[in-house]
This record gives sequence, structure tokens and C-alpha cells, in this order.
Amino acid sequence: MDSKRNSRRELLKLGTALAGGFTVALRGNAQAQEHSHPATPGSENASPMIHGSKEQIEYGERSKYVTSVRMAHPVGGRASPDVFGKVFHVATPLQDSVGVITPSSLHYVATTRGSYLPDIDPRQHTLTIHGLVDRPLTLTVDDLKRFPSVTRLHFIECAGNRHTGQQKTVQETHGMTSCSEWTGVLLSTLFKECGLKSSAKWFVSEGAEEVKGASSIPIAKGMDDCLIAYGQNGEPLRPQQGFPVRIMVPGFEGIYHTKFLRRIKVVDRFYMNYNEFGHLRPEDKELALGEQIGPKSVITYPSGAQQLPGPGFYEISGLAWSGGGAVKTVEVSTDGGKKWNRAEFKNTAQRMAHVRFAYPWRWDGTETEIMSRCIDEIGQRQPMREEIANWWNVPFERNYRVPGLDNSVMPWRIARDGSVTNGLA
Amino acid sequence: MGSREMVEMTNTLKLVTIPLLLWSVVASPAIAQSPTYGVGRTPTAEELRRMDISIGPTGEELPPGRGTAKEGAQVYLQKACIGCHGVTGIGGAAPALRSEQGADLPVWQKERILPLRSPYATTVWDFINRGMPLGLEGTLTPDEVYSLTAYLLFLNNVIPEDQVLDKESLPKVKMPIGDEFGKPHEFKLNSPRLKGYPY
Repeated sequence: MDSKRNSRRELLKLGTALAGGFTVALRGNAQAQEHSHPATPGSENASPMIHGSKEQIEYGERSKYVTSVRMAHPVGGRASPDVFGKVFHVATPLQDSVGVITPSSLHYVATTRGSYLPDIDPRQHTLTIHGLVDRPLTLTVDDLKRFPSVTRLHFIECAGNRHTGQQKTVQETHGMTSCSEWTGVLLSTLFKECGLKSSAKWFVSEGAEEVKGASSIPIAKGMDDCLIAYGQNGEPLRPQQGFPVRIMVPGFEGIYHTKFLRRIKVVDRFYMNYNEFGHLRPEDKELALGEQIGPKSVITYPSGAQQLPGPGFYEISGLAWSGGGAVKTVEVSTDGGKKWNRAEFKNTAQRMAHVRFAYPWRWDGTETEIMSRCIDEIGQRQPMREEIANWWNVPFERNYRVPGLDNSVMPWRIARDGSVTNGLA
Repeated sequence: MGSREMVEMTNTLKLVTIPLLLWSVVASPAIAQSPTYGVGRTPTAEELRRMDISIGPTGEELPPGRGTAKEGAQVYLQKACIGCHGVTGIGGAAPALRSEQGADLPVWQKERILPLRSPYATTVWDFINRGMPLGLEGTLTPDEVYSLTAYLLFLNNVIPEDQVLDKESLPKVKMPIGDEFGKPHEFKLNSPRLKGYPY
């Protein structure tokens, strides 16, 4: 066995050497050749060539000139990794995003209280559904793949995705949301397979990481559109996204999307898990502004810390999403919120998914503020921060903290020199 | 089951069959159907007993066992909780477990720490049991978890030092937050999260 492997390796080496030799020979020829005419202009290579490697053939890499990366979130907050090597919050570089799919490598990461990443062998992993069901069921990952599947575009957003005047870039203000194409089995399919008892009202989903993060989710949500996902953007889930199985609870706060899903317990009442304890608020109304994500949008270009080279044409571009359904309309203001203009969609708006919007704009070089707002298909509207303060009947201040999830409008200020800064600062 | 009961059951079934069929169209989740796909296996009762670590507010899933704050202080030392959480629940690299603020301050104005803010002592028990100690999760005995829960509640002036916590007494512990917290609303599909918000 070993000798076979060695001889194969030698063959590979030989192949590499041969290929290298061939290249050298070609170059040698080119240099040695004497032309009676100068080389045809335009056919020379403008850039150095990337030579094929085994790694590139197997799993491609992006260009070395593309350097967009995630960052620990929030700035000045808890470190990721921390002193224990746990990861807490990591934000997506939305300022560099195009389209609506977040590359799996750049998807935001959040854990409830800092967590290690379990290194799960999918052959050993099972999901068990039990509690108030007629037939408890234990499924391997291969079992899950035998059920009829669905593939859907869904965003996830962390409840900690709040914008303040202290942040500089859209990665800092809004980077705790991402959008992927998820593939898996509808939870309703599995619930029907188990047979829910009529007393079933909630279910508790539980992960296999070291703290076994658990969340209570209404059965009505589970029967509607929850998804037991094993695929993300055309391949298995990444470990940071819950490999081998996670639950998608479309439109709910990220924390409900339990990763490394190993157990679903169907129960008759709300279970106050550690995750729920973190959600506690003094008032029912503020609690209601948690759970389901409100309609939200943000301009990603031009956005904080970017630089406009000068007056002229720009396509303002951004992302909009809502936990209440598909985004219906997005409006953009380029004059600080006085006039609102209908933006166009670059892709079909889908339920609980990012939609890419754009608005063509000719900047005249004067100082201004640009911002976006959206309305979702059930009529919810993205509010200005002042409107929220008015609704709660509290005085509006510069550092006003929006109760519940913050889905307020985000302004970007554009100075005469073309620099873009946080409009809340 | 006697034959008379069988006849009665059959009659009842006849009576309910038609409405049941109609009802199943709109409310299928609540109906016991036979499995459609037959994929997967039935877990054994023993497997379910071992994996079910969810403790609800009534504490019905709690295992037998007992512990006091005095015993918990010993466990806190023995299990090296002190290394991450500090000498008496404060001052470590891991989250604080004891409030540094005055006992008379309303709970909503205090730090958000688990043994203080949770409405149910069962949440404290559940989390220690499932998530601690770091790297050695699942090694604590029920007695140790009861003791640690008692110790943390004692540190936060929730229970007296000699109170015994067990399956019966733990769910009855009166937590400082009382009933003064927002309750989850009934989730309705395709509904605004808060009607009229922000207008």
C-alpha cells in the first residue's frame, strides 16, 4: 500500500518536472528565435500567468488581488478568537459584496456565548426528533438526504447587528447578516413523518457544540418554512455554519438557526433555554421586536470609508431583507431623506432573502447624505430612528438605542472631497 | 381491550371519520398519520433518556439528586470553576456569575448574568449541566449540578446557604426577576412583529 502511494507520488513529481521543463523549453525557444518582423502587438500577455497546481485543480482559490475578509465584531468588543480560542461574532465584508449570495467563506459567524467549532464526522452524526410525536425518529445525514429536498435563498441576521455612530464601515454597521442558498428537508416533512401530537406547541432545537445551544421555536413556524439544511451554496455546510446539519428558521434572529443540529424535542410550552434567557426584556412590546427580523436595508456602495473619485455617475447599490416575507419596494434618498426615489431590483425578491437594489445617481460634488428604506410584502416599513423614538414616546438623541432588533434607516454622509462616512456620527 | 369497548371505538371512529378527513386538510400537523417515507429508525427509550437534557420550567425532566450551596462551594473549587469564573463568581476571564451591584437595585438595572436574570432556576441547572465545565461538559453528576446551582443562587442572595435543591424544590425557587419580564407573544404567520410599529 505504502510503496504504491510512494510510486504514485514519484510519478506526480516526474509529471511536475516534465511540465516545468516543457515551459522552460518553450520560453527558451521564444527567446532564441529571431524574427524578421517585430511581434504582433496585442497578443503579448498583459499579466503574469498563474500556473496550474493540484490544489487549484481540486478546490479553486480567489485572486491574490481580492483581499476582502471578515472581521471580529463589534470593534472594541469581545475578541474572536478570545483567550479560550472561542469564536463569538465575525462580520461579513458587505462593502465588497455584489449580487446577493455571500460566499460561504465570508458568511458571518456568531455563537451565543463564544464557542468552539465541533469537528463532526458526518457518518457519526444523527438528528433525533422526539417528545410530543407519535413516532420518535433518529436520522443519519444520509437518511436526511433521502427525503424530498428543497433549495431556497435565505438570509440570516444576528440580533447584534446594530448600527451606531461609532462604527466606520458597513461591515461594522451591518456585517452580521449574510445570504446563502440552502438545501435540505422541510421540517414539516419530518414532523409529518413523526406525527405531531395535538398538544405540540413549541419545539426545542439543540446543537452538538460544547454548550449544546438550544432554542424554543413555535410549531407554527416549524410547520411553515423551517428547513433542516445540509447544503449551502452548492456544497455541504461549512463547519462555521453548522456542518453537517443546521436548522434554518427563515426570518428569525440568527440564534434560532441552531447549528450542528442533533435533537428536536417537541413540547407543549415555551422552554426557557439559555438562549431565551438572553432574549428577556422587561416589556412584551420590546420582546415582540425580537425574534422576527424587521424590514431592513442598507446601501453598501458608496458606504463608510469608501472614496468617490469625483463628481459624476454612480450606481448606488445595496441590500434589503425582511423576516416578514419578501421585500416589496426599496426607496433611496440622495438628499438626506427629503426626496425618496424608487430603486430597481437586480434579482427577484424572495421570502426572507437579501435582494440587491440599485439607484442610478449623478453626484454634483456637493455634500449630501444618502440612505435607503424598504417595505416588505406584509406592509411593514423600515423606520427612521426618529420615528422609533416618537413611537416609544422618548426624546430622540444622537445615540438613541432602538429597542428590540435595530432595523432603522442607515445614512451615509458624502463630503465634498468624495469621502464617505457614517451619517449617525 | 374488551369487545364492547372495541364496538364503541368503531362507532366513534365512524362518527368522526368524515369530519376528521376534512379537518386533516387544514390541520394535518395535529393528525396521527402513518409515515410517508419510512426512512430512519426509532430511537430506544434508553437512547432518548440519555440524550434528553432539556429541562423545562416545571422541572419534569430533572434527574434525582440533591445539593446545597455549601456543597456547591466545594464543587466550585474541585471542578476548577474558579479558574475561569473567579474566586466567588467574579473576576475571571469567563462571564461573571455574581452581581457586584447592590442587593436593593431592581434586577433589570443589574448586569445580565444567568443566576440572577433567569426567571426559572431550572434554566441555571440546565445550562450548567449541558455546557460546563468547559472541555469537560457532561462529566458533572446530578448532585454536583444541584450543588453548583444552589451555590450560584446563594451568591446572588436568591436562596439561603442551607437550602437543599432537588427535583422538587428547584422549580419552586423564587427568582429575583419574579414575573416582571415580557412574555413571548403567540407567533402568527405572515404577521407584523408588532402591530402598528412604528406607527
